[in-house]
This record gives sequence, structure tokens and C-alpha cells, in this order.
Amino acid sequence: MTDPGGRSQQQSGANGQNGQDGYYGRPVLKRPVWRGYIATYFFTGGLAGASSTLALGARLSGHHRLARSAMLTSLAGMAVSGPLLVADLGKPGRFANMLRVAKPTSPMSVGSWVLTAFAPAAAVAAASDVTGLLPGLGAAGAAVAGILGPAVATYTAVLVADTAIPAWHGAGKELPFLFAGSAAASAGGVAMVLTPVAEAGPARRMAAIAGAIEIAAFRKMEAALGDAGKPYKTGKAGRLARAAEACTATGAILGLAAGRRHRCAAVAAGSLVAAGSLLTRFAVYRAGFESADDPTATIAPQRERVDASGRTV
Amino acid sequence: MTTTAPTTTSPTRMGFFTDTSICIGCKACEVACKEWNNVPEDGLNFLGTSYDNTGGLSADTWRHVAFIEQKVAAPSTGPELDPQAPAQAGDSGVRWLMSSDVCKHCTHAACLDVCPTGALFRTEFDTVVVQQDVCNGCGYCVPACPFGVIDKREADGRVWKCTLCYDRLKSDLEPACAKACPTQSIQFGPLDELRERAANRVGVLREAGVADAHLYGADETDGVGGFGAFFLLLDKPEVYGLPPDPVVTTRDLPQMWKAAAGAAAALFGTVAAACLRRR
Repeated sequence: MTDPGGRSQQQSGANGQNGQDGYYGRPVLKRPVWRGYIATYFFTGGLAGASSTLALGARLSGHHRLARSAMLTSLAGMAVSGPLLVADLGKPGRFANMLRVAKPTSPMSVGSWVLTAFAPAAAVAAASDVTGLLPGLGAAGAAVAGILGPAVATYTAVLVADTAIPAWHGAGKELPFLFAGSAAASAGGVAMVLTPVAEAGPARRMAAIAGAIEIAAFRKMEAALGDAGKPYKTGKAGRLARAAEACTATGAILGLAAGRRHRCAAVAAGSLVAAGSLLTRFAVYRAGFESADDPTATIAPQRERVDASGRTV
Repeated sequence: MTTTAPTTTSPTRMGFFTDTSICIGCKACEVACKEWNNVPEDGLNFLGTSYDNTGGLSADTWRHVAFIEQKVAAPSTGPELDPQAPAQAGDSGVRWLMSSDVCKHCTHAACLDVCPTGALFRTEFDTVVVQQDVCNGCGYCVPACPFGVIDKREADGRVWKCTLCYDRLKSDLEPACAKACPTQSIQFGPLDELRERAANRVGVLREAGVADAHLYGADETDGVGGFGAFFLLLDKPEVYGLPPDPVVTTRDLPQMWKAAAGAAAALFGTVAAACLRRR
């Protein structure tokens, strides 16, 4: 009847050569519908979370001036984060539906519940510290916020990794360390800006250590992603990533070199580290959009898996 | 994490078998879906690619007919007037692949897993549906879907996708697209029956020389546990814009949480190291 051997000729056609660019080059995935609010929240939420942990550490180690500025930073970060999150919803009036269920399969649900516990604790701790009222309750709030801080700072990494987008999903093991490092660096940086140099020793060290973690985690992520990590190297996300690393590295080194003696240097160094953290989140955010838009990024690794498994199609 | 797997208490899992080998590209399914579900107009676009100016599934397109034009060797002898028939070497010709895409109603549905409000739920027919009175438009399901199906309706703020005509099913009616399909390319029924029918159809096609005919999404061991709406395709899935090996994103979530726990510990360690060091 017909010759099955002729089928190989059917692989070429107007619609790409072998399907690597999908259906007329159209994306396989939908890009996120989130706006810049969410990338900004990744920064402000991380800053709030890590700052409360720094505040707790400073409090326990006797750096009371530092503890206060870190706690106020945490509260300010949360005060900005809430409106950012609500503003991004398609139905902002339904923000309370986030607490309608509790789902461990949804990092956004987990995060909503963590924030619900974290934000009041941070508010109580900051208010008690400033007013001097109810010190016992303030201490409890500081403890709760300090302990939940790292969860606030890292759940957002799991949130983006738990999508189908190759540049995010493939970095599921590295993104939490990147976000933790970035959050801690920003907390250290902002505390350097707000605290007299004599009291800011822990903030300087935190900015330097966490900045190093942030840079190392970003590079490790790029290496782990392979081809899927292309958006982090090229285009707008790539530019953001390079600017982030430059800011973080410069700020951390400047802080270590001169942050102990000169307040001006400390303010500049802390600002640079915080700016690096913000740029890191925007780089990750942006890379996800570029990855989602690229059909080959979705198809090629899946095709490799199918071919390696010996399945026929 | 596969908490969304269908419950065993469901009476019968209902689904679609879309047999693209007999799709004629009439788009009756697109129209019937729009009419029945009151899906808004989504732009009068000219895409300049094929007989398809819709492009793909979206918040306002729940059935989408893809048109793929392929250069092939035309059949020179025999009774093959079937445009889908494989070609003989020598002559040049064209073959059309037409395929009506739809939400896959996955066994392990990423959209449902990540939905923080519970708006996305699994019905008594084991289909995946958005409760529009609950959705708050967070948009998490959109990048979670490995097929790029669900999307946000910007003017409305909520996400929308195929409901497998949940309202019609409740009234013992078949979904609008299947009802309107003039060639039975879209078949609706109990999933196990559809799978059996589809396997037979693949056998018939292969016997007739269509060697590349295969089922897409009928395998319960695939990355999403099989589709509630699966397909018979005549070329690789990616040619139709479908991912060749989709995986529910939450499969890897436990490792991600584990990494986050490690990162959280590292953050504690960083604070401790920074605070405890003597000045």
C-alpha cells in the first residue's frame, strides 16, 4: 500500500523542521500574569523576614540599637509587602480567600499562612521596642518573627520554582539559597544604613557573608540549569543579574573595608548590597518570563527525556 | 506531591478522546464552546501563519484548532484520497494536520495543586474546574500548567479555562464541543471506554500504513498521571505545540521544600555567625 519509509520526509514543513520551536514558534507555556509588584515583594518580603531574624540575633547578643533598627526595617518591609501582594490580585477584594484553605502543595498558601503569623508578631515586637510597653509580649513577638523570618525569606523561592517554567523549576534546589542569601544581604545592608557604625558590626558581617552566599548561589544556579539558564545570561534578565552581582560585591567589600570607620562608607556599602538584592530578584523574575516565552526551552529537554527513555514519540 | 489524584469514590471518570486523524478543521468545536459557555471575544487577529488566527488556548479560547501544513511526498497511485494518508516518495505534496486542543484535565493537575484559595477543584466527574466565585486572581495556576492552558482574563481579573461543560454534564448532556463535532473527532465518554476505543483506532490506522499514529496522554504512568482529555496524534506532540513529556510541577515540590529548609538553616547560621563573633 504505502511506504512507511517515506515518513521521514514528513518531518520538514512550514511549521518548523522537527517541532523544536513548537507550533509556529508560539510558546508552549503561558507567561506569568504577575506584575512588577511581585518582584518588588520578593525583595521587601525577604528584607522583612531576614531583618526580624537579624533583630532577634542582635537582641540576644546585646546589640540593642541594631535590634531596634532591624525590627523597624522588618515592620516597614511587611507594611509595604501587604499592599503589593493585594494590588497584584485580579480580585483584590478577595485577598482573604488566601486563608480559605491550607494547602502544602501550594507554596502561595503556605506563604499566606506564614505571613499571617509573621506580620502581627513583627508589628508587636517593633511597637513594644519603640514604646517600651509590654516588654514580655514584645519579646515573644520578636522571637516568633525572628524564627519565622527565614521561612518568609525563602518560601517565595519555592513559589517560583513550583511552576512549569524551565528557568525557575530547574533551579528548585538553588533558588531557596539564592533568596535566603539575597534576603539576608539586604537585611544586613539596610541595617548598616540605619545603625551607627559602632553598633553595626553584626550587620556588616551579615551583609558580607550573605552577599557571598547570594553570588555563589546565583552562579551555582546558572551551572545547574545548563541550557535552561540562558535567560540569566542574556537579554534584560542577564543585564539585571550582572548589575546585581556588581552591586552586591562592591557593597560587601566596601562595607568590610571602610564600613567600620566611616558612616558615609557604611551607608553607601549597605545601600549597594540592598540594591544588589533587589536587582537579583528582578533578574530571577524577568528570566522566568523570558524562559516561558521560549518554546524550545520547554520542548528540547522533554524531547531529550522521551528519546532517552526509548519511547517512540 | 500528588494530593489531587482523583478519589476512588467518584462514580466514573469522564473525559475527551480527540482523534486528530479525522479532524477536518471546521472549528465547530471552538464556536460551540464559545456559544455555550458565553466566552468573550478574544480579538480579530491575523497571525499570518495558517488557517488559524486564534493561535492557542487562552482564558477566552477553551477549544483551539491547530492547522499544521507539512510538505510531503504526494501519493501517486492507489486509492489514497485520504489527505492524512502517508506519502509515496517522489512527488511533492502537502499534508494537513488539524487538531482541536483543549484542557487536559490532568490526573495530577498542577493548576489545582498550586491554587491557594481552593478555587480550582476536582469535580465528581474527575474533571478540573475553576469556581469563579472563589478565584481571587492570584495567577499562580497560569505558569504552573505544563500545557499553557489556563490564563487570566485581564478585564475580569480571574482565571478561566475549559470546564468540560460541567453544567452540561450535570444535566446528562455531552460537552458542547463534542456535540458539535461533525466527524466525531471529539469523543466524550467514560475515560476507560475512550482509552479502549482509542487503542483500537491506533491499531486500525497503523494497519492502514499510518505508522506515526499514536496516543498522547493516555498513559497513566506519564508525568501528570494521564490526561482526562487525551489525543490521537499523527506527528510528534511538539509539532502541535504540545509538550512531549509534561510533568506536574508539584512532583518536585518535596525536594524544593527540603532545599528551602536548608536555606532557612543557612540564614539562621549567617545571623548567628554575624552576631556572636566578638568585636
